[in-house]
Amino acid sequence: MAHADTHDHHDHKPTGIGRWLFATNHKDIGTMYMVFALVMFFIGGAMALGIRAELFKPGMQFFDPGFYNSLVTSHALVMIFGAVMPAFVGLANWMIPLQIGAPDMALPRMNNYSFWILPFAFTLLLSSFFTAGGGPAGGWTLYPPLSLQAGDSFPLTIFAIHMMGASSIMGAINVIVTILNMRAPGMSLLKLPLFCWTWLITAYLLIAVMPVLAGAVTMLLTDHYFGTSFFNPAGGGDPVMFQHIFWFFGHPEVYILILPAFGIVSEIIPTFSRKPLFGYDAMVYATASIAFLSFIVWAHHMFTVGMPLSGQMFFMMSTMLIAVPTGVKVFNWTTTMWKGSLSFEPPMLFALAFLFLFTIGGFSGLMLAIAPADFQYQDTYFVVAHFHYVLVPGAVFAIMAGVYYWLPKWTGHMYSMSLAKWHFWVSTVSVNVLFFPQHFLGLAGMPRRIPDYSTQFTDWNMVSSVGGFVFGFSQLLFVAVIWQSARGGAKASDKVWEGTDPAGLEWTLPSPAPYHSFETAPEIH
Amino acid sequence: MLNRKVFSALGGLLAAVPALAYESSYNMPMGVTAIAREVHGLHMQIFWVCVAIAVAVFGVMIYSIVAFRKSNGAVPDRTLLHSTKVEVIWTIIPVAILIFMAVPAAKTLVKMEDTRNAELSVKVTGYQWKWQYEYLGKGVSFYSSLATESNYARQLNSGVDVTKVKDYLLDVDNAMVVPVDTKVRVLLTGNDVIHSWWVPDFAVKKDAIPGFINEAWFKVDTIGRYTGQCAELCGRDHGFMPIVVNVVSKEDFAKWLAAQQQATKAATTTAPAAPAAAAL
Ligand code: HEM
Ligand SMILES: [Cu+2]
Ligand SMILES: [Cu+2]
Repeated sequence: MAHADTHDHHDHKPTGIGRWLFATNHKDIGTMYMVFALVMFFIGGAMALGIRAELFKPGMQFFDPGFYNSLVTSHALVMIFGAVMPAFVGLANWMIPLQIGAPDMALPRMNNYSFWILPFAFTLLLSSFFTAGGGPAGGWTLYPPLSLQAGDSFPLTIFAIHMMGASSIMGAINVIVTILNMRAPGMSLLKLPLFCWTWLITAYLLIAVMPVLAGAVTMLLTDHYFGTSFFNPAGGGDPVMFQHIFWFFGHPEVYILILPAFGIVSEIIPTFSRKPLFGYDAMVYATASIAFLSFIVWAHHMFTVGMPLSGQMFFMMSTMLIAVPTGVKVFNWTTTMWKGSLSFEPPMLFALAFLFLFTIGGFSGLMLAIAPADFQYQDTYFVVAHFHYVLVPGAVFAIMAGVYYWLPKWTGHMYSMSLAKWHFWVSTVSVNVLFFPQHFLGLAGMPRRIPDYSTQFTDWNMVSSVGGFVFGFSQLLFVAVIWQSARGGAKASDKVWEGTDPAGLEWTLPSPAPYHSFETAPEIH
Repeated sequence: MLNRKVFSALGGLLAAVPALAYESSYNMPMGVTAIAREVHGLHMQIFWVCVAIAVAVFGVMIYSIVAFRKSNGAVPDRTLLHSTKVEVIWTIIPVAILIFMAVPAAKTLVKMEDTRNAELSVKVTGYQWKWQYEYLGKGVSFYSSLATESNYARQLNSGVDVTKVKDYLLDVDNAMVVPVDTKVRVLLTGNDVIHSWWVPDFAVKKDAIPGFINEAWFKVDTIGRYTGQCAELCGRDHGFMPIVVNVVSKEDFAKWLAAQQQATKAATTTAPAAPAAAAL
């Protein structure tokens, strides 16, 4: 079993603002990432509430249609690159050294750099709202020629994306180097906790596709300012080419947003089932095959662009195939609960909601894979419902589950279980009220990215908006729980949860975890 | 119909909303072409496959949550670690289901792509923010924009109660007109940015891309007025460039076409009863 050295005679933290500006400690950096993500979650959330307010009833109530488009565009960019991805990097920073028995991340200065790029990137992006022509309004997918019509927001958006990409790549390199080199003696790769495994694979995806995105947006930039015609048909370019390049990044990106979530859930379900994860090896292989397949399904976002029949067939089949390893994961989680001894603390509640609601998103994904049917679904609210199910009760709930799981290890204090349960129930009910009716809207024919709609869509939009506001405001409970736990409360034990024994090295350290995690590597037998 | 019942039940679960009064407010329309009905069939088929899998998987999950609670004294069976047999089974079964789904989908896809032997070809061009319809070889061409009444009502603070506006946002000045029971091919392109021409009742959605000509076809078997919308974000007024297709009898179409041609020739005089066509 693991044996931890818990003397922290080097536990002298730098103080003041310097502790954060010049941070090289994985916990401090992880905390900054998480706080940053939370702030972005609320900024992106405020934009979403603006959208839902406008859509509450037909007719234009609040915004100019152009401003509405920039809300939609920025909401997506902020949530994807500002909230979900940094939250996962924050969790990686905090937990990977604890889980593999390392003192810190392998590349602490790069770690600092990769975090501090982000506030600047998002300042650029958000400041574009105040430029002539307003914020970026061509959709987060940035399709030309439309995206090229942007005003001064254009270069700001492009440079912001470059910076986010650079930050992600540095984060990914750090994860890979740390996991491959700093594992405790005896921790072979097939003993690696699943959160580390899914992050390792995610990191490879990031390194593979972020440069592709950077290339695509750079070509947009030169098309706009330097007279190239990569995507301009009048100059011999091809606007569809952009879509291929974008989605070659974009589909692996959606797995970047979900694989770490799979990892978190794979940690939590065994703990609260008091039983080891079922089919560990299968879970690793399923993750790897999802990652591989994610590179060959991209054009399922483009069924309507007019690809050759053979192309449509290929992307339809490969997309259906990706549901298989995804299914394997769901079956293994379910079997982990089978004959377990389940208890329902907040992390488990969120993990269970993930299990049910992510699966619903998987089902709609399967439906979208059927190309002839996708012609009807494409660019409607059905797609909006699909990706919000996988991203909100999917990725975001997994992040919340992870926070509730590890928070006592970070702060040293238990938090209010009843407040967290309130947060859970209000969120889970409202997220369904928010997104489930969007399936109906899409099927009934409501296109996405429109600021106003014909009157037959009114009722479900009202339901959805009500759900949206409840969901949005209920997230304040999340902040309240974190705040309380950071400030004080009942002392957390080392194990924190009854079911954690004997899994996971992180539970062998005291709570809160010492400033330098493992100064002497624990032995794994 | 069973399908409808389940959807109503799902709807009822969410809230008792009057929306259920509209049949088409929660499911894909059945459509008015053979292809659209096939697509609807595929949609319902994959939907039921998902429901079946959901019942099985969610059933096991719910059973586990109920039966294996610590508070009920459940003791974990920590020997249940892995089983190659079940992993293989739950890989093979989904693959089989997917093949079962893929075959009919592929067949429909082949039919949808077969634009040969069209009896009428119409070139459709997307503009920011209207459509242009050119009846190839017929000398008829016109623009189609959001109807004035909707356009007035949709302005910020217009003060108009949009629920009182007829076909709010789904009405145009000049509708596309096509004959019933006729294979119509549309050739799609964009003038400025990418648009997407979508009429749900025809199960046709194809992007209109600058520099490209895309093809799609439909053969409508029911006379009527069918509406759709642009389905690709194309800028500020993307939400305000609807599509209206009037499907008429072959005789009425011939009359309409003649009138349009007449109007085009006359160029300066007002066109008769049919919507005034912009002379090009
Ligand atoms: C069973 C697995 C999945 C399948 C088969 C699947 C399939 C699809 C398909 C075919 C589309 C394109 C729909 C269209 O635009 O017409 C799509 C869109 C999308 N999916 Fe999935 N998906 C799956 C899982 C996921 C996951 C895990 C995520 C992210 C966590 C995700 C995020 C998205 C997003 C963000 C879009 C929309 C992107 C946009 O157009 O802005 N999907 N999915
Ligand atoms: Cu995709
Ligand atoms: Cu449009």
